[in-house]
Amino acid sequence: MDLRTTEAPPSTAERVAVDSVLGPPESGWFGGGRTALDGHVAIGGLSLARSRRHLLLPVLHALQEQVGWISLAALGYLCTRLDLPPAEAYAVASAYALFSFEPEARVVVHVCDDVACQAASGGDPTEELAARFGPAGSGTTVTWRPSPCLGHCEHGSAALVQVAGERGGCGSLAPFTARDMERLVALGSDLELGDLTTPLALVPQAGTGPTRLLRRVGRVDPASIDAYRASGGYRALRRALELGPMGVIAELKESKLLGRGGAAFPTGAKWEAVARNPLRPHYFVANADESEPGTFKDRVLLDHDPYALVEALTVAGVTTGAEKGFVYLRGEYPTAAARLEHAAAEARARGLLGDDVMGSGLRFDLEVRRGAGAYIAGEETALFNSIEGRRPEPRNKPPYPVDRGLFDKPTGVNNVETLLSTLEVLTLGGAAYAELGTPSSTGTRLFCLSGRVERPGLYEVAMGTTLGALLDLGGGVAGGRPLEAVILGGAAGSFVGPEDLGLPLSFEGAREAGATLGSGVVVVLDDTVDPGAVVARVARFFRDESCGQCVPCRVGTQRQEEVLGRLAADRPLGSLEAELALLADLDAVMRDASICGLGQTASSLVTSAVRRGLLGGEHGNGHAGSGGGGNGHGGGGSARQGR
Amino acid sequence: MTAVTPVTLRRQVELTIDGQAVTAGEGATILEACRAAGIEVPTLCYLETLAPVNVCRVCVVEVEGSRALVPSCSRPVAAAMVVHTASERVRTSRRMVLELLASSVDLSTAGRDVHRWIEEHGARPERHGPAAPPAERDHAHAGHHEPPEAGLAATVAQAVKRDNDQYVRDYAKCILCYKCVEACGEEAQNTFAIAVAGRGFDARISTELDVALPDSACVYCGNCIGVCPTGALMFVSEHDLRARGEWDESRQEVTRTVCPYCGVGCNLDLHVQDNRIVKVTSPLDHDVTSGNLCVKGRFGFEFAQGGS
Repeated sequence: MDLRTTEAPPSTAERVAVDSVLGPPESGWFGGGRTALDGHVAIGGLSLARSRRHLLLPVLHALQEQVGWISLAALGYLCTRLDLPPAEAYAVASAYALFSFEPEARVVVHVCDDVACQAASGGDPTEELAARFGPAGSGTTVTWRPSPCLGHCEHGSAALVQVAGERGGCGSLAPFTARDMERLVALGSDLELGDLTTPLALVPQAGTGPTRLLRRVGRVDPASIDAYRASGGYRALRRALELGPMGVIAELKESKLLGRGGAAFPTGAKWEAVARNPLRPHYFVANADESEPGTFKDRVLLDHDPYALVEALTVAGVTTGAEKGFVYLRGEYPTAAARLEHAAAEARARGLLGDDVMGSGLRFDLEVRRGAGAYIAGEETALFNSIEGRRPEPRNKPPYPVDRGLFDKPTGVNNVETLLSTLEVLTLGGAAYAELGTPSSTGTRLFCLSGRVERPGLYEVAMGTTLGALLDLGGGVAGGRPLEAVILGGAAGSFVGPEDLGLPLSFEGAREAGATLGSGVVVVLDDTVDPGAVVARVARFFRDESCGQCVPCRVGTQRQEEVLGRLAADRPLGSLEAELALLADLDAVMRDASICGLGQTASSLVTSAVRRGLLGGEHGNGHAGSGGGGNGHGGGGSARQGR
Repeated sequence: MTAVTPVTLRRQVELTIDGQAVTAGEGATILEACRAAGIEVPTLCYLETLAPVNVCRVCVVEVEGSRALVPSCSRPVAAAMVVHTASERVRTSRRMVLELLASSVDLSTAGRDVHRWIEEHGARPERHGPAAPPAERDHAHAGHHEPPEAGLAATVAQAVKRDNDQYVRDYAKCILCYKCVEACGEEAQNTFAIAVAGRGFDARISTELDVALPDSACVYCGNCIGVCPTGALMFVSEHDLRARGEWDESRQEVTRTVCPYCGVGCNLDLHVQDNRIVKVTSPLDHDVTSGNLCVKGRFGFEFAQGGS
């Protein structure tokens, strides 16, 4: 195509940032100096452009980190380098929250004000910041902005700090208080990434219980491949190579392992569909774009046991005939990114990745790709688009990823927890794994406990453990206060109440109760938390995270937030009944007519709050605990709202 | 291009639509099967000449056995499929899609069908509240937005973009159907001057960083105007006549001719009002153009009326 980009040249820093990913320009056609030869060669065309487009996101990251923002000139230069139309590059870049297109303060502090931190702090955690450091976006050297969940929920507060400069990047702080902000402001232009200390993970079970997925967390050095092997690492890969692909798939089927990403698809069947697909090449993707509010399990696992994911992805690759794997990691997890990169490099050096995996003659390697602040990129087909350098918009299904996924090739994609569970299946054996948990929900499951709970953190329990038993493990409601409600499954999940403590945490148990385990989120709310504020935050979240592709979700999430705003202000349009009817209609169209799971679940928590009578001021005061019987999800719940 | 179509017998698929036994060629979409059976299914982002993007969701239908509704414009028929195009679920979603659009977008120059569908489905855009005042939308930062103004319904209202002599972009009328992006890109022109930027309710059609069209890759082929279903993209001539209240289609004559500029042979439909050409289109079903033209055919008509 004929590219037309701005004639303004990039600054030196911009050029250096782009070249740090792409290397120096190949020729005058790609942003280098023109030579006489350039006029006599024909280059590339569409196939070349397509082969480089997947580098777009890494280049944008480099610009944001080193320069602090993405200018028109920088965009023009990167487009010349990648042979990409600037309008398309901007379309992609502007879909991510972590990129800016205007000069920014050198240090941007993204402060979590999402449901788990809100519940833990009993209010809006950014209020104090606004009072002391000015409104969001103010401050010339150091500024702050509210952020959706940063995945440090067990600490009850968190911030992601972007530092621009030659050695720029980002780091996390959790817990994060106004005192931390004071320190960042004091450091100002002297602030370096090294000034940010890596948050610890809270895993109260560490060293106490018979954990599986968590067995190494906090006990085994995440930077040492020897420590990993000494603690049982790479036994599963050896076993997988002995069994061969069909043997591994047989074990997975026998284990009855279901995907932990939300859809509960049988893992063995998915791997088999990829393995048997005659089209080549195959790809395998680890979905580590954990962004569901209240979820932090991937972060804990990848920060503290990165080799496990490297091994599990290798197992998946050699089993499904994929020679290339990707870890798509959420952009807000800098520690996990560094540790994963390190783990992959060590594994490569030991012959556990590369052209001859563990001496098997099989080839497999992986790349870590970072997201840039987009919940929707966790939807598997949007994730493929994101890796490919396209807008993170979900694709139409069918075709399904096992037929046409990443780069339009057969692709396996699993959540981190699912992949790590396959290691357990291989080391235990499928039959023994199936003995864990319940007959239909086998194995163990990770739960992210946060909010008003005594000992927040990541817990691992056998499938089928009751909600009450899990809360007991966490020491119950903080300070012994009365339990008001629990957000189960995440922003796309639902509320359950004190009467649901007997709910078995299994796929079928949740389904029967009209709930979902989702990503294992358990946010505990006591009587000091205003459920209306929680629901309003969730509505804002979906309004911010909708990709905007389809009408039901794009406009529906906006309208849903507006209705909740009116209800919170006790200023309903017409009557409360009219507003609730409107919410029900929005729920119907989003659930039934949206393209993907984001829109289809964007009203889930709101609807569940309405059914439980948590909304609507005095009118809807049929309280979770005081409502008669039932689990709050059936017709009885709706009837309470009917007057 | 029709030319010579080799006679291959497409396997026929039998399915049921609204209780009616229907036969359709394998690979046909549900929408095509509905239309062949004389069943109306509303569409907004669908166009015969473009690959379906199925984003507007107004064409959704209920397919038995499918959890969510499916977009009829892109879902192929399958044997023994049972489709409902007017069930309660379908009508609810359709009504809401129309209502959400009508409450947030200026549909005043959208086709007549759109207004008929809104009425037939009983969409009530006014129940979302009075419209919020126009807002700056071109620099919205993904993941951040101002809280909604109490009691007001956010819209995409904004100032008209007029940065060249050929056409205006009135994105207050944009339903984000992606057609202009497709026509500018791979589906027709391969210029890629515009794309969907931002996300969620702030998603918008944009050049890179919203530069003006003359600074963008735009070649003024106007193929985006040709596919726009709501009049968001409009000839300057039409826009100005409308602004003066002088646009009157009942006084217009449409004359089909062949473009005089080169040998391709594109058909032009000249829309003439008061003996002046006010707009040029090309028929969608024309073998050569499929509705597409270049800058000369689309805008190079001033010489015919004594202009320079």
